Amino acid sequence: MPREDVAQFTIESVQVLSEDGTVDEGLVPSLTDDQLLDLYEGMKRSRRLDERAILLQRRGELGTYAPAIGQEAAQVGSALAMADDDWIVPSFRESPALLARGTPPHRILQYALGMEEGAEIPGGEGALPPAIPVGSQPLHAVGVGWGEALQGRSNVAVTYFGDGATSEGDVYEALNLAGVYDAQTVFVCQNNRYAISTRLENQTNAETLAQKAIAAGIEGIRVDGNDALGVYRVASEAIERAREGEPVLIEALTYRRSMHTTSDDPSVYRESAEEDEWEARDPIVRLQVYLDDRGVLDEGTKSEIDERIDAEIAEAIDRARESREEVDPADMFRYAYAEMPPELERQFDAFGGGADG
Amino acid sequence: MAEQLRMVEAVRETLRAELERDDGVVVYGEDVGRAGGVFRSTQGLMDDYPDRVFDAPVAEAGIVGLGVGLAATGLTPVPEIQFQSFLYQGFHQLAQHVARIRSRTRGTVGCPMTIRTPYGGGIHALELHSESFEAGFAHVPGLKVVFPSSPAETKGLLTSAVRDPDPVVFMEPTRLYRSFREEVPDEHEIPLGEARVVDAGDDVTVVAWGSMLRETLDAVGDVDASVEVIDPRTIYPLDTETITESVRKTGRCVVVHEAPRTSGMAGEITARINEEAFLHLEAPVERVTGYDVPVPMFAREDAYLPDADRIAAGIGRALDFG
Ligand SMILES: Cc1ncc(C[n+]2csc(CCOP(=O)(O)OP(=O)(O)O)c2C)c(N)n1
Repeated sequence: MPREDVAQFTIESVQVLSEDGTVDEGLVPSLTDDQLLDLYEGMKRSRRLDERAILLQRRGELGTYAPAIGQEAAQVGSALAMADDDWIVPSFRESPALLARGTPPHRILQYALGMEEGAEIPGGEGALPPAIPVGSQPLHAVGVGWGEALQGRSNVAVTYFGDGATSEGDVYEALNLAGVYDAQTVFVCQNNRYAISTRLENQTNAETLAQKAIAAGIEGIRVDGNDALGVYRVASEAIERAREGEPVLIEALTYRRSMHTTSDDPSVYRESAEEDEWEARDPIVRLQVYLDDRGVLDEGTKSEIDERIDAEIAEAIDRARESREEVDPADMFRYAYAEMPPELERQFDAFGGGADG
Repeated sequence: MAEQLRMVEAVRETLRAELERDDGVVVYGEDVGRAGGVFRSTQGLMDDYPDRVFDAPVAEAGIVGLGVGLAATGLTPVPEIQFQSFLYQGFHQLAQHVARIRSRTRGTVGCPMTIRTPYGGGIHALELHSESFEAGFAHVPGLKVVFPSSPAETKGLLTSAVRDPDPVVFMEPTRLYRSFREEVPDEHEIPLGEARVVDAGDDVTVVAWGSMLRETLDAVGDVDASVEVIDPRTIYPLDTETITESVRKTGRCVVVHEAPRTSGMAGEITARINEEAFLHLEAPVERVTGYDVPVPMFAREDAYLPDADRIAAGIGRALDFG
């Protein structure tokens, strides 16, 4: 037998809620009306925060901001599938998931105001701060998932990254290590088609990103990332597998509808026809149609939700602005080491004295 | 014919000229092609040289490591690393292979790669977009580390870097990309390893490079003394002679950099002054630097970065000593 196939693989793709708002009844996850409304409200909250943040940035109040408009289903759907004591290990575009996990919106704004306060993790929150270097944080998620396993706990880590990140060596290492150590880790790759200006076909020759799991010997699955119910279902299943020590890579097919960050101009690298096409596949509209049909979301509830979100975000903006007024520059010395080494203390003293140290 | 250019345009025009001059030059990096770079420093190059300007996947180890192989085939890679902090992702390739390939092959294979990367603070960027890991690169034997401080300097130094037979880390001060225009000659080569005496003076020497040169010139305007300002332009190889000669004359020296103080280049420069001009010193060499803390995000960045006031205070201390 000089030549024969020794292994064969397939990649499964899942969609529960189709573009016109109809569902595959056999696949609908069993969610209560309240849970469905949480899903909807989580997506709306994030959309609203992003819209406000872009405007604030345009007025010169915020620094560079990475909106996630269009990616809400991929994030909120997977975040709500997590248990309270699971971990989230985000990249820099994860406000939908973070908000859904309870991060208050003012912290996201503080981070965008260039304040380290926004990355603070109050005790027991089960989150790591945004990771700016692309593709660096999945390794931390594997560490968390393995660490929990070593200590006999069943909590999982869910980490988020983009299509571009899958080109980084760290991501391959993370997938491989997760397989080797049976790490309790779920990888959520949001394939939003672009890494800044770079299209998927210039990023990889692979047909799917889910198949990147295969070489690592772990499960890979694709889901329609604009389908909140599909994402919830696939993520719930993946999280349950991960609790048993079987890591999973989910590729959520979605689209970044806005700019890469507020410093980016997408008209340089993509056509408005493509943008229009994806506007029609908006994840929030799709869920709304379904909830309307199911009788869960009437006009009254809808405007109640909108008003609640507007008030919350207005308050968050005020709070972030106020904290900006009180920024203490000396703060930068306080957290570099657990205990300030003498060299740094000298620099700190000189700084306090107003002279160069 | 000389033209008035911004630094970002000087980068672009230099790359264009080198692509034109030598068909072995290959420009690539994240978003450098279609979008023309996130700072637009490669804008239009892909249209003119579609076979030698490429977008790269988000893979810095790949971008840096590819250079070794491209060079081995006779090409001259000129990759861009989008922000200096992401050269950390390629640091193992840089230190383990790029910098050593010449020694490891007993001089038979070199790596004439120029890695361009924006560095430094002052533009209110995101976390990890403002670092200056310069001493770390200078600490790797086999690399050259170059800092332009103006559009014309960019042209001269980048031209030399691309033509240099050894790997060069070319650190472009982000905050100077669009801050001013300057006349840039068409043909311009500045030898690597030669400092420039920017201002002559007798009382104190100030050594500063990249973005800090601008701050230093601002500071000197307010100092009531005759200040000699030196831009080393490359921190490896370092033009020790120009610095020590100046210190022999002035007897006092201030070194300015925005990188953290500990193990920063100011320490190395101080050591060389001790070795070569110790008996001429009338004051300890002053350092005006960033602090030993992670570069803070932009709400606190101004407190971290040396500015004209801190530099002037450092000059004052050097002058007042003894
Ligand atoms: C290691 C590293 N290289 C480059 C960058 C600059 N950069 C920021 S985001 C980005 C593209 C990331 O694309 P993707 O992973 O698809 O995520 P998306 O931004 O689309 O959410 C790049 C190249 C970075 N932050 N980190």
